[in-house]
Amino acid sequence: MDGVLDLGVREIAEAVNARRVSAAEIAEAALSRLRERDPHVGAFLTVTEDLAREAARRVDERVAAGERPALAGVPAALKDNLCVTGTRTTCASKILENWIAPYDATAVRRLLDAGILPLGKTNLDEFAMGSSCENSALGVTRNPWDLGRVPGGSSGGSVAAVAARTAAFALGSDTGGSIREPAAFCGVVGFKPTYGRISRYGLIAFASSLDQIGPIANSVADAAVLYETMAGFDPYDATTVAREVEPVSAPLREDLRGVRVGIVKEFALDELDPAVRDVYAQAYRDLERLGAELVEVELPTAEYGVATYYLIAPAECSSNLARFDGMRYGLRVEAADVGATYEATRAAGFGDEVKRRILIGTHALSSGYYDAYYVRAQKARTLIAADFARAFARCDVIACPAAASPAFAFNAKSDPYSMYLMDYYTIPMSLAGLPSLSVPCGYVTPEGAAGPLPLGLELTGPLFAERALLDAANAYETGTRHAAKHAPPPLAEALS
Amino acid sequence: MSATLETGTLLDVNGIAYEAVIGMECHVELKTETKMFCGCPNVFGGEPNTHVCPVCLGMPGALPVPNGLAIEHVLRAGLAFGAEVPAFSKFDRKNYFYPDMPKNYQISQYDLPFTSGGTVTFRLPDGTQRSVRLSRIHLEEDTGKSMHLGSSDGRLSGSTHSLVDFNRAGVPLMECVSEPDLRSAVEAVAYLEALKRTFVALGVSDVKMEEGSLRCDANVSLRPLGSAEYGTKTEIKNMNSFRSVQRAIDSELARQAGVLRAGGRIVQETRGWDESQGTTIVQRSKEQAHDYRYFPDPDLVPFEFTEASVRALRDALGPLPQARVERYVAREGLAVVQAHQLVDTPGVADYYDAAVALTNAPQATVNFVLGELTRLANETGTRIDRSALGPAALAELVGLVEGGTITSKIAKDLIERLWSEGGSPRELVEREGLAQVSDVGAIDALVAEVIAANAKVADDFRAGKEKVMGFLVGQVMKASRGKANPALAEERLRAQLAAQQ
Repeated sequence: MDGVLDLGVREIAEAVNARRVSAAEIAEAALSRLRERDPHVGAFLTVTEDLAREAARRVDERVAAGERPALAGVPAALKDNLCVTGTRTTCASKILENWIAPYDATAVRRLLDAGILPLGKTNLDEFAMGSSCENSALGVTRNPWDLGRVPGGSSGGSVAAVAARTAAFALGSDTGGSIREPAAFCGVVGFKPTYGRISRYGLIAFASSLDQIGPIANSVADAAVLYETMAGFDPYDATTVAREVEPVSAPLREDLRGVRVGIVKEFALDELDPAVRDVYAQAYRDLERLGAELVEVELPTAEYGVATYYLIAPAECSSNLARFDGMRYGLRVEAADVGATYEATRAAGFGDEVKRRILIGTHALSSGYYDAYYVRAQKARTLIAADFARAFARCDVIACPAAASPAFAFNAKSDPYSMYLMDYYTIPMSLAGLPSLSVPCGYVTPEGAAGPLPLGLELTGPLFAERALLDAANAYETGTRHAAKHAPPPLAEALS
Repeated sequence: MSATLETGTLLDVNGIAYEAVIGMECHVELKTETKMFCGCPNVFGGEPNTHVCPVCLGMPGALPVPNGLAIEHVLRAGLAFGAEVPAFSKFDRKNYFYPDMPKNYQISQYDLPFTSGGTVTFRLPDGTQRSVRLSRIHLEEDTGKSMHLGSSDGRLSGSTHSLVDFNRAGVPLMECVSEPDLRSAVEAVAYLEALKRTFVALGVSDVKMEEGSLRCDANVSLRPLGSAEYGTKTEIKNMNSFRSVQRAIDSELARQAGVLRAGGRIVQETRGWDESQGTTIVQRSKEQAHDYRYFPDPDLVPFEFTEASVRALRDALGPLPQARVERYVAREGLAVVQAHQLVDTPGVADYYDAAVALTNAPQATVNFVLGELTRLANETGTRIDRSALGPAALAELVGLVEGGTITSKIAKDLIERLWSEGGSPRELVEREGLAQVSDVGAIDALVAEVIAANAKVADDFRAGKEKVMGFLVGQVMKASRGKANPALAEERLRAQLAAQQ
């Protein structure tokens, strides 16, 4: 029974739809595995047993009635910045620690309709601000590949749950790399679609012009079917596009013949640690071996990505997070009057990184600084997007590292700026709104590590070219097979 | 100390004439089925916090989706005044903390409003024509309403706690800003009435000040007459009726003149109108002004308006009330008050136009419409254009009076019957023999009867008491059951009285 949990999402759904196993049985097995494994990993902030059982009951009814839901009985983990009706939704923040969402996020709703079993809500950097999950105010999440290391972030709980095989897939959100960097750190596939493909309705906003929900899974094929289920216009999100979603769940390509893969001149591998460099150099050779033509492309403005991002994202967050004031919901710290209550509530409710970004953003939007900071950052963003457009005239997909290093130890990045640089390879794609994913591409074993640590290859496509991107990623994945088939050895050891 | 001249209000400041300079900012709640960015009903009132949802409550993760009809309303409002619609526009966030604002930012428009420019042309009650330039009309979302408890007067100061009703939060709100082209409180009110008239005619708003669907602030300053520069202005808020707008502006002008007379300086500040005290009171000085940190709302995509779509909206505007007022006053010779009455009552201007097109007698027609028909409409609760008396029948009736076929007395009697029963006035007159009697013989007979029966009054007239003539004509009319031609009756009365002398 337990073995069904290690299958891919489509295999699980097939088993349920063929009535080889019931969704109720899967729910119990998954919850039991979660209770066994998660104490070692800490991926979940809330376990939604009732919700999972109720969803399973409905799936079994539907299957009995002759329906064949695409994701029947697939156990799922949801990042805790996604609203699920009646469920605590915290953003890993003190300020929302006890907030119960009154409605479903559209992406969650579509997955529930397709038959998933939501096991729980996963940890994240507070309000998705961070790259290690260490900024969570509500819990510590460990990397299943080395329990002394971070899972990456901000979707740290989601990737850890998938890597630990506690959930068959997870939802994350990616603003500047929050799906791709942790996916790389935990050896799973993390996919951020084009901005506007998946509704943000019910995703608690960090930076609205960058936030995008995406799947985290054990294979590209799984990520593809999840993407297809969630994607498409939503009347509740004005930034979703009415454009047709190309079917991606149909068999993906397994070779790269005729595909031009762009290698970014500015992302030179020789700046990396030699062991890491070797893994990426091999990844590029593998792309070539599978039939791709490697072409050098230039992204001269990409180096300004981090600076640009850390003006636009904080500016938007300073406004998005203004609603957390203790008046209508969430934490409230009473003080002498309204103004003092705002201050006391926000001082107690937000962590340091959130406060830092609110301050940066407030400053960047202030009268007298707006043109110098916010407007210039928007112009830089336009230039970065234009660089990508030029690059995609010469190639079909861009390949680069998802992160400059494997997962690091807790407390290793003590200054904010070194943490911000973790997203050096993911931020430019976010600024340009491009579909981008991380796929496992090998391992390194740095000194002091518990064992081999995964690395991720980041593949990026032109706007709305999800199908071509997933084809390329699937071809690379099936042609290299770096992904683990079971829980990583350190976790397995801890469990035994 | 102040005088309202054709140029506006002039105030004497130690021998120098100062003129009033006034600009208005109006907030108009738009008439739509649903709120600006969600599907909640856009209705006035209701139990507190019953017309709310995650979006208009600013719940975490909720997103705004714009109401297309509200945007169309703003475009039409601007086009009605000849404003420009930009090729590109967007929504911005106006950031400040306030408990009745769910997100602690208001979705509004900063540098690219839906319409720019335009002119509002209107008539003052004395007939003077004035024009005020519009600066812009933009669209935003309304806030909730705070209620302060525990204080004696319901004010925030001294209260122990506050409650917020979010039913109004997210209602589409159009802000219409004028240039400082107004020169008196009377002009300000006439301007507001012109806006209201137009917005009601366009169907974009109910424009009810008492329900808060029109709220306005006035920017008021004084400058020496002839000066090209503006004086320091104050912003006046809390005006809840057209009457309070007029009183508040006059009061503030007087206050400013007093400050200047005493050698003082006007301080730029926000002042609230206190209806009971009849004066304005300081609310906020410029030093406390907010930095709203406007930036484009990333949850909403920008708008592009094509020339063709703007032209289509402009072409479909229909007859505009101010153009009608101008036609009535300038071409048809109606009084401004009459013209305003016609356009301000739903359906009446169309009714009048249809009738006058057949009569070519504007004054006679308007007298019936605003006189007998308005009285009947008020008494019966039926709109004039929905009574049994159609505009063609009214035109026929006016024709009968103007042509001398019936007396206006008979016409008034007939109108009551036509109002409820309908039918042709001409046929009714013929059937019932109500035509005016202009036959000299018949009139002479009646006149002789009246003189015989009122010998004392006849003597008084002969003795020089001219004013009893009215009574005698009345008696002739009565004897004829209203059918006698009153002019002929008087002529024959005079003739017979003179002959009998």
